[in-house]
Amino acid sequence: MTINGEAYIVGAFEHPTRKAPDKSLAQLHAECAAGAIADAGISKDDIDGYFCGGDSPGGVSSMADYMNLNLRHMDSTDAGGCSPLAHVSHAAQAIAAGKCNVALVTLAGRPRSEGLAIGTTPRLRDPLQPDAQFEFPMSLTTANGYAMVAARHMHEFGTTSEQLAWIKVAASHHAQHNPNAVLPKVVTVEDVVNSPIVASPLHRLDCCVISDGGGALIVTKPEIAKSLNRPLVKILGSGEAIKHQSGGYFDLTFSAAAAAGKAAFAEAGVTPADIKYASIYDSFTITVLVQIEDLGFCEKGKGGAFVADGNLISGVGKFPFNTDGGGLCNNHPANRGGMTKVIEAVRQLRGEAHPKVQVANCDIALAHGTGLQLGARHGGATLIMERE
Amino acid sequence: MAMINDRALTAPTPNPETEVFFEAAEDGTLLIGRCLTTGKAFFFPRALSPFTLTDNVEWVEASGRGTIYTFSHMARAPEPFVIAYVELEEGPKMLTNIVDCDAETLKIGMAVNLVFKPSEDGPPIPMFTPA
Repeated sequence: MTINGEAYIVGAFEHPTRKAPDKSLAQLHAECAAGAIADAGISKDDIDGYFCGGDSPGGVSSMADYMNLNLRHMDSTDAGGCSPLAHVSHAAQAIAAGKCNVALVTLAGRPRSEGLAIGTTPRLRDPLQPDAQFEFPMSLTTANGYAMVAARHMHEFGTTSEQLAWIKVAASHHAQHNPNAVLPKVVTVEDVVNSPIVASPLHRLDCCVISDGGGALIVTKPEIAKSLNRPLVKILGSGEAIKHQSGGYFDLTFSAAAAAGKAAFAEAGVTPADIKYASIYDSFTITVLVQIEDLGFCEKGKGGAFVADGNLISGVGKFPFNTDGGGLCNNHPANRGGMTKVIEAVRQLRGEAHPKVQVANCDIALAHGTGLQLGARHGGATLIMERE
Repeated sequence: MAMINDRALTAPTPNPETEVFFEAAEDGTLLIGRCLTTGKAFFFPRALSPFTLTDNVEWVEASGRGTIYTFSHMARAPEPFVIAYVELEEGPKMLTNIVDCDAETLKIGMAVNLVFKPSEDGPPIPMFTPA
């Protein structure tokens, strides 16, 4: 079975808030759902499949109750920030199998209001996870795990901090056009490399923002998609992978994107050269660099040269990415950037991105997410979509 | 200079599968797993081989010698530390800290030796220091 052509994204909504001390988490999920439902032009009661990850309070059942959904299919796959991309794929699979007709995917969080210093404080997700007793005393944090990937990439390939900085610079060029962006100011390579080191070799401006908010998507079958008055964004292919320590034998210079991307391209029947726009997960600058290589947009080890000199800036370079400003400058709700990656790809395919960053003739787009810890064990999920 | 001093370490919670590892740590020994089917050592240790998913495994004492595969200096942490992956002489890489060192002198590929550091009310933690 393939999902190629079996499902369409008809609703996409990014919550405009970036700080929501006055809202509950369930409320944020529901407001996102309502936004996507309105965008699609459907009714809440059309939804018969619901997909959410570990950021949903109480999981599928509590959120279905809160939103009063009548479901016949559900999925709460969780692999951190890439989960929404997996959810869209799983929704397409469920639709193709006849398990649901209209799927809702939500993501929301309020780490900014809750004051979570997620990047630099060790967090024990589950004391029973088998690695915890060996790793937690070492103080693996989000930032230093990704930093170790950067250090190794620099060691093997000569990648520089200045090259990584270009990724933030490009994101900031896009964020200046986004009125909701947390960091709308254009930054320079010097700004990035002169910002304080958070976890060597990563600087403060190599990191994404911490923001409240969320987003939602509506996925449905072709007959329903074609009955709605929205541009048609068809799902061509998807891929998923988990990369981990493999018993202690691993190479930190590549990510789960290598396997997930390969599967997605095969299913979609397209190649990296066909992709007009890409949303690339950007928890840190190094995340972008590694994924660009792994997805086949450039050779392994050549990512530093590829991202430099504005190549990622829409209208300037050859590889426009994260035209909403990405997690690096715009929004990283729930500390999970997967939802906003899909949403901006949908905007680009619809021609609804900001005119200053809209990619001309954007017919095929890719979104890729990385979830959890690039430096230890993480998920990767890729989606390839086409404007029909 | 960026000297790395001892810091408070959260104690691990050994379980029936791993208590042998932490008992050995009390004696200054780093145990790793070895798959008897493939002959390969593995880390972190576990009851089932990550290569065959059978219990045809044994505990072996690591030499305590390795090299730094990668590291990150957390200079702005309340108690600065260096997190690292060390590639053990036996093959597998393990997540650890580099201690008793000047963080500014560390390099990937540098030889390191095992040293145990006390945790708060728990077993000692295997870490490494430049050889």
